[in-house]
Amino acid sequence: MTDVVQITVRSDADIILVRQQARMLAKELGFSSSDLTLIATALSELARNIVEYARQGEIVLSQIRQGSRRGITIIARDRGPGIADIERAMLDGYSTGKGLGLGLPGAKRLMDEFEITSSLGQGTTVKATKWAR
Amino acid sequence: MNTSILKQGPYLIAILQAGQSDSDLLQLQETLLEQVGRFRSRGVILDVTLLDVMDSFATRTLRGIAQAVSLRGAETVIVGIRPEIAFAMVQLGLDTRLSGVLTALDLEEALAILNRRCREGMCRD
Ligand SMILES: Nc1ncnc2c1ncn2[C@@H]1O[C@H](COP(=O)(O)OP(=O)(O)OP(=O)(O)O)[C@@H](O)[C@H]1O
Ligand SMILES: [Mg+2]
Repeated sequence: MTDVVQITVRSDADIILVRQQARMLAKELGFSSSDLTLIATALSELARNIVEYARQGEIVLSQIRQGSRRGITIIARDRGPGIADIERAMLDGYSTGKGLGLGLPGAKRLMDEFEITSSLGQGTTVKATKWAR
Repeated sequence: MNTSILKQGPYLIAILQAGQSDSDLLQLQETLLEQVGRFRSRGVILDVTLLDVMDSFATRTLRGIAQAVSLRGAETVIVGIRPEIAFAMVQLGLDTRLSGVLTALDLEEALAILNRRCREGMCRD
């Protein structure tokens, strides 16, 4: 059984691919169809940020089985320019580009757990988990 | 992957596909704007039923299409935002971003909305 999938993302086609992979992994764990959409949407935002700001990076999807608890963790990691002010980046409507500035704060709302670390010139890592109900 | 655009009387219907990439969406925008002029269309229906996700980028692009279509003198209706997609959009904070764009449950309702507006004289001849 697949536990961990690692995918390099560098194009918009890769974004679609990771969404499909995440749906498959989450479905195996018994997530509801509406949760699958929430996970795919959060992932789409994180993967798009990688392509847009870091040009390339990777997504690691892991199934979690802890006792009777089931969950899926998304790690989105790149070695791009990093984020100067994470607090601002997490605000609704803050964008350094021409986006709506909803990707990061929206992904946080869509998932149950969300951590972001970033340092200028080093890159950015987001780790987010959703638990099946 | 090219989005199919159907011509239905004075309206254009674009059916967005599941694996639609960002560049496909941008291509759709260009084609629609050109066809609205060529056919003097009164309305454009964007059917998003097949989309697996409506993220920030897709919402921004569809809104952009609606605004540009409006500048070309036609009205846009988005149809087929499924329940779970609607819920995800609300959580993302995207719901208010589509305000100003007409939405309908299905094609039939979208056609009815456009027909009504045209009867009320809000469309080009
Ligand atoms: N992986 C990343 N590397 C570098 N900067 C990033 C990364 N992800 C996000 N950012 C920065 O954080 C800001 C906020 O990101 P967020 O995804 O919330 O909004 P956006 O991408 O600008 O717009 P939207 O996602 O709504 O289209 C971005 O404008 C960008 O400056
Ligand atoms: Mg973003």
